[in-house]
Amino acid sequence: MNAARPAANQMPKVHYLNVDYGIRSWLFTIDHKRIALLYLGSITLFFVLGGLFATAIRLELLTPAGDLFESETYNKMFTMHGVVMIFFFLIPSIPATLGNFLVPMMIGARDLAFPRINLLSWYIYTLGGLFTLFAILSGGVDTGWTFYTPYSSTYSNTNVMATAVGVFILGFSSILTGFNFIITIHKMRAPGLTWFRLPLFIWAHYATSVIMILGTPVVAIAIALVGLERLFHIGIFNPALGGDPVLFQHLFWFYSHPAVYIMILPSMGVISEIVCCFSRKKIFGYSFVAFSSIAIALLGFLVWGHHMFVSSQSMYAGMVFSILSFLVAIPSAVKVFNWTATMYKGSVMYNAPMLYAMGFIGLFTMGGLTGLFLSTLATDVHLHDTYFVVAHFHYIMVGGALMGYLGGIHFWWPKISGRLYPEAWARFSALIIFVGFNLTFFPQFILGYLGMPRRYHAYPPEFQVLNVMSTAGASILAVGYAIPLIYLFWSLRYGPAAGPNPWQAKGLEWQTSSPPPTHNFPETPVVTEEAYEYYPGAEAERV
Amino acid sequence: MSDQATTLAPQFEGLAQQKESAIFGMWVFLVTEVMFFGGMFAGYTAYRYRFHEAFTAGSDHLNLLLGGVNTAVLILSSFTMAMAVHSAQLNRRRALIVFLVLTMLLGSTFLGIKAVEYSHKFHEHLLPGPAFQFEGADPQHAQLFFSFYFAMTGFHALHMVIGVALLAIMTWFAWRGRFSAEYYNPIEVSGLYWHFVDIVWIFLFPLLYLVGHHG
Amino acid sequence: MSHDHIVSPKLYLGVLAILLVGTALTVAAARVDLGGLNIVVAMSIAVVKASFVVLYFMHLKYSHRLNWVFGAAAMLWLALLIGLTSTDVIARLTE
Repeated sequence: MNAARPAANQMPKVHYLNVDYGIRSWLFTIDHKRIALLYLGSITLFFVLGGLFATAIRLELLTPAGDLFESETYNKMFTMHGVVMIFFFLIPSIPATLGNFLVPMMIGARDLAFPRINLLSWYIYTLGGLFTLFAILSGGVDTGWTFYTPYSSTYSNTNVMATAVGVFILGFSSILTGFNFIITIHKMRAPGLTWFRLPLFIWAHYATSVIMILGTPVVAIAIALVGLERLFHIGIFNPALGGDPVLFQHLFWFYSHPAVYIMILPSMGVISEIVCCFSRKKIFGYSFVAFSSIAIALLGFLVWGHHMFVSSQSMYAGMVFSILSFLVAIPSAVKVFNWTATMYKGSVMYNAPMLYAMGFIGLFTMGGLTGLFLSTLATDVHLHDTYFVVAHFHYIMVGGALMGYLGGIHFWWPKISGRLYPEAWARFSALIIFVGFNLTFFPQFILGYLGMPRRYHAYPPEFQVLNVMSTAGASILAVGYAIPLIYLFWSLRYGPAAGPNPWQAKGLEWQTSSPPPTHNFPETPVVTEEAYEYYPGAEAERV
Repeated sequence: MSDQATTLAPQFEGLAQQKESAIFGMWVFLVTEVMFFGGMFAGYTAYRYRFHEAFTAGSDHLNLLLGGVNTAVLILSSFTMAMAVHSAQLNRRRALIVFLVLTMLLGSTFLGIKAVEYSHKFHEHLLPGPAFQFEGADPQHAQLFFSFYFAMTGFHALHMVIGVALLAIMTWFAWRGRFSAEYYNPIEVSGLYWHFVDIVWIFLFPLLYLVGHHG
Repeated sequence: MSHDHIVSPKLYLGVLAILLVGTALTVAAARVDLGGLNIVVAMSIAVVKASFVVLYFMHLKYSHRLNWVFGAAAMLWLALLIGLTSTDVIARLTE
């Protein structure tokens, strides 16, 4: 009996989810697919936690007076929102869930190169998360997620150490994930799968992994040095003791700028997959999109100073970083152009994944364009540390990365769970998210332009209307996120069986059953065709 | 034979792929280590350039003899480590164990000497922090020197400790007959790690100990 | 593949000798006041020593080119980190 090729629309008898039962089979698994689900659970929990802090922020900002929280408490709210969302949600999100699940499958391998290291990375993630949870529950941190010194290293009385330890530990989880992907992609591709036949999802994850291994150690040492400063009262970053606080900023942003590319590149990989499938067309300009991922990863390391234009960084350095920041927008623009060109004259189907992808393309473009105002030295002086910056990065991280993540979860949900989610509800929530998102963050561009500073909980009364709009949007957004949580769970039990390839998509992962068997493929596939060999005019039938 | 069955992990297509992956994997990991130490080198470079006199004065307080001996000890340990890998390649189990043990001994010697140096510094009140005392023109920036000294050599020593522990495990496995000429990946990979830690010291020694010492 | 190349112990001994001589040279050179050149000499010798360790002890000379690429990338990124960061910090501190 061939367990991997059942009749269409039947779940295979044995697959990776039911091959073994019990908590030990999950906690000691080395199956990349199960590890992906372990991560999915953890990051969803942290997403909810980060969302709670966001709720606190938006509630406070309903009124001009800082009346819901003390200033110090408000500082903790936005700090913990940032720390949780960035380090414990966005950075791992797609790589640790969809990446872990799909990278081996897309290249025809049985697992990643180092499965036990993969499991270790999840344990490390959990350990880092526990430290940070402890920090939150025992009083919180108020330094901002950016930990600027000497406040974080000397003067803050909050749980900087515990948070720093949590983030430091988390960095290793990220490094191990990236490391695993690099080895796997280089060494374990199926026969016939040359670099230029790889799905663009793989190129995106490769580029992301390069950033992870080159950048994460630097923020690790920056945080470690802050920890040493607090512990031993030394002054590496403290001007009162002879040190330079901007040195911390350099070491911090050397990673944290490329980190935003860690957050967006995997999402861009997802979009490439979705756009091709739901336009029934091969990607326009494959090598341009592939190389643009590498270009973003590399150029992304040359622009960190644009976070420090007003930190007394030298003017000369500022000019160099400004020009390079303009340059790094180009490969992103190439992608947007190519996705659009792919859709042009394709047979576009508006399933939920495609709605998320289209939302991504629009919102990411807006976020990216507004980045240009920030990388221009003169306008940045006006906009730095205002809500314009907040809106800019939320357009990219939420309007971009998060929508790509949701699109990917929906696109590969049939593969992961073996079941179909309810399409009508999925489209509905995608639209709610789109509306809620824009209502939340577009007013913030205006607020920033008008001069409202970020990280303040009190503001002049004339800004209230825009803030109320933003909070209203946030509540709609929350509803939009809650609905998929419900129906995805629902589908695990009541969703119809998906069959191996409900989207009639190209890609090796669709050649095996849904859910896949533990070792993915009964035999290692041999690849003979290029990526995305869709044919225009061939309608995909959802059977 | 059963060798292949027991040593080939299921995700790999063959022993060659497994070996290449292991070695490449260690090189990728070492990239992260380079960047980790690199952050400290960046800070050290900036401060030393700016506060050269204070850094020279600080460096003069370091024990050049102990530092030099430690450098020689580590270099020797890299040699014994390379010989350990060599022994594994030629299926010489006893030689492998001997060289692993020698490497660990040399590594522990390094750590012992380091401990002696640290205790000297402690007694001379050169540990950065509230108890720091420095009789010189610029104690504030001299303290900066010592902060970097302890941070850099401290992280280096931590890596050494991990290395010695790693080699202890390798020695145990070697004793149990785990390795052969066909399969000695863990030895080679441990070797790469060990050599890297040696290389970090090759740079730390002149940077920290030889700032001054003119004539 | 090429990494199964077995290096002779004599070669290892030769590298050991070079490394020890290099160390002695570094210490000797430090005793001479060459001003700003001291650090250049010290780092150059260190780079040479490190290269010998990398090429021979770590077998990079006989290894897959991919490992070279990643090793070189690490060096490049290190240079970027140290270069750009320290030049700005120096520029700011020298006011």
